[in-house]
Amino acid sequence: MISAELDKRYGVREVLRKAQIAVKPGSVHALVGENGAGKSTLVKILAGVIKGDGGTLRVDGSERSVASWNRAAARAAGIGIVQQHGAFAGTLSVVENAVLGVEPRRGPVLELGDTAAKLAELGRRIGLPIDPLARTDELSLGAAQRAEIVAALHHGAKLLMLDEPTAVLAPVEVEGLLKTLRTLASEGTTIVIVTHKLDEVRAVADEVTVLRAGETVATFASARDVGAIARAMVGGNVPTAAQAPRLRDDAAPCLALERVGVGGALHDIELSVRAGELVGIAGVDGNGQRELALAIAGLVPHGGRVRIGEHDVSRASARARLACGLAHIPEDRHHGGLVLDATVADNIVLGRTDVTGRFRIDRGRVAKFAGTQVERLDIRPPEPSAIVRALSGGNQQKVVIARELSRPALKAVIASQPTRGVDLGAVARIHEQLVQVAKAGAGVLVISADLDELLALCHRIVVLLRGRTVGERTAGADGWDEQARAALGAMMTGAQAA
Amino acid sequence: MNRHWEVLFDFARRPSSGTKREVQAALIALLLSLAFGSALMLVVGKSPATVWWAMLSRTATTPYVLGQVLYKATALVLTGLAVSVALDAGLFNIGGEAQLTAGVLACSVVGAALPASTPAIVALPICVLAAAAGGAAIGAAIGILRVTRQAHEVITSIMLNAIVAGMTLWIGNTVLFQGGTTRGPAIAPGAELSLLGLGGSPANAAVLLALAIVIVVWWLRARTTWGQAWLAVGRDVDAARSVGISVGRIQILVMTASGALAGLAATSFVLGHKHAFEEGLGRGMGFLGIAAALLGRAHPIGVGIASLVLAFLSTGGLAVSDLIPKELTEMLQGIVVLAIATAAPWVERNSEGAPA
Repeated sequence: MISAELDKRYGVREVLRKAQIAVKPGSVHALVGENGAGKSTLVKILAGVIKGDGGTLRVDGSERSVASWNRAAARAAGIGIVQQHGAFAGTLSVVENAVLGVEPRRGPVLELGDTAAKLAELGRRIGLPIDPLARTDELSLGAAQRAEIVAALHHGAKLLMLDEPTAVLAPVEVEGLLKTLRTLASEGTTIVIVTHKLDEVRAVADEVTVLRAGETVATFASARDVGAIARAMVGGNVPTAAQAPRLRDDAAPCLALERVGVGGALHDIELSVRAGELVGIAGVDGNGQRELALAIAGLVPHGGRVRIGEHDVSRASARARLACGLAHIPEDRHHGGLVLDATVADNIVLGRTDVTGRFRIDRGRVAKFAGTQVERLDIRPPEPSAIVRALSGGNQQKVVIARELSRPALKAVIASQPTRGVDLGAVARIHEQLVQVAKAGAGVLVISADLDELLALCHRIVVLLRGRTVGERTAGADGWDEQARAALGAMMTGAQAA
Repeated sequence: MNRHWEVLFDFARRPSSGTKREVQAALIALLLSLAFGSALMLVVGKSPATVWWAMLSRTATTPYVLGQVLYKATALVLTGLAVSVALDAGLFNIGGEAQLTAGVLACSVVGAALPASTPAIVALPICVLAAAAGGAAIGAAIGILRVTRQAHEVITSIMLNAIVAGMTLWIGNTVLFQGGTTRGPAIAPGAELSLLGLGGSPANAAVLLALAIVIVVWWLRARTTWGQAWLAVGRDVDAARSVGISVGRIQILVMTASGALAGLAATSFVLGHKHAFEEGLGRGMGFLGIAAALLGRAHPIGVGIASLVLAFLSTGGLAVSDLIPKELTEMLQGIVVLAIATAAPWVERNSEGAPA
């Protein structure tokens, strides 16, 4: 169907180096690799969204020029793409977006009714129900993604590329999507799915290509041996999950919320995290997690009471809360976590007057502190003067972790999506850090859309749905069982209240 | 409207990562403007080589012209720093005109109110502070409106430029102007800054003040938590807020400081040259400061160099007025700004990695 060997560089950074991929017609092909391995870049070049710098490209058996391959050519060849962050313009409806650039007309007038009906019908048939008339910025991330898939198929895509499609979905939605992909493949559509989640690869893929640091390091003719795939991804042994420390029965609460509410997004949250405890907040994105973190950090006005250790900080500023022993790992390192154009060292000491000094910056101390943190978290490149923007997602996240978890006298930690878009090696390192601060006596609140992450990390998991806590489960003496997992998954989608 | 301005001035706000890239951008801009300037000279039928050489050699060898360049650069570096400090914090201060005028007014009124016998050691600091305070008041007003009322600083500063110009003229007409002139009462002799004695040019000791301020701003920006806080606010408001930096307070402080810097340019005009309030004193310098800040890539040292370059372009143009029309040299300054606007994104596109 399509095969290529591609090069791509951004400035001095080589993102793809003779990266090879060969996709058979009618198969589901998984493109896996850690973050920053070049997966997104590769599919974007194949779909003509960005230009490759060199290499070879064969589509349907004929040689195509990499230099002149663009979106129009790819579309004509039947290649559709659903990008990671969505490509739909927010203020338009689904059908308007779907016809953007290829508007059907009746005379001079735009004709959308037919297309809308066709889209709805197509969605129903393949098990991805959509509302073609909804405005895309009012759709959930999952619904918007379904709409993009349907739109791509509507345009006659024979080869559909999906870039990390499951990152924004609840477990049930993931299952549904994977099933649909299998159905589409059996009807003859070729699928390329970019992911770094191996259980999805096992569930759906016929063939696997593994990218590491811009090179194809392995291909697999089946997805059975996930262990081998994982080893190929990280180039060594897969790091093991961190273990939550044993919880002391008499541990005092470090973080307590009473009837905390934020506008229409969060209501009456009652929650208490004890010293040494790791509490997970599970839920599909957009159910009030963001507001919960911001309320605790003092970054949005909120009702109710927030206590950090002995201090009632309900009306305190963000700075005062940090001074009371709070650390906050924001959900999006690109918006709120990091100053991307500053150096690693500057980001590690950002706002940390305990390191820099109150007014004049003690540069010797900053350099030493940053050096220690870079080493401790294995930030790569191990260069405190590197600009953060040039780092991979995982290393950027480590910079946030380095700053927040090295605060003195930590009492409470809120970690929002601490490993989102982070590679396996960094995930292990970040989990280890969270466990370590809990062992040192802080109460840790982990907010994650990834239930498996919470199960690997937490003593207790609370589910947030439509801004309310709808239930919780506590790990048994020997960890989590399948029953608890199922119950939590059900609560996340509102299928079961507990 | 908001969005519009942000797109328009995005190139200026782009953070300064990598000194090499910054220097590259400024150099490309300069070369572009030289090329444009040369083309214009060809259009008016003059050999560019002759004109550029005459500009350089006459400036270097004529003390008066050199003095004029310094005099102009003194004011320019201060109004330029005013713009660049605000840009650092993500704010676009185009109220330099109002702030400078308020500085001129405050400085000359306070200077004239001092008893004639006031010694320099008292009179000078008071008048310098008055100039800074005049500008700071306007800057603070813009900052406070921005933070508390969400009024965009570009709009408020444009409006304040008009308001302050009108107010100053009215105050001049009603109380300051002496017997039919547009000149106010003279300041106390103790407050006068001495001339540098460059061929009778108005270049004066304020250039030392400007130099000191460049160093102070550089130090604050690079070596203190204040500087880091204001840069953090400019580069990522959310990140600044999440590490506990009070964004609103920083924005007000920076606009106040920015106004004070523009106000300080008044010292060169009032204390160093005219020794009295005069209608229109320093006019245009506030706006030209935007060019200095952009060409200097919002770095204190860069702004210093850019001020010298711009002062040279405008004053050197006078020195060759027998060769080319004056309007042509005025166009050159505009071309420099256009060139920097085009060069900066070009340099960034060619050196910056995009996320994979």
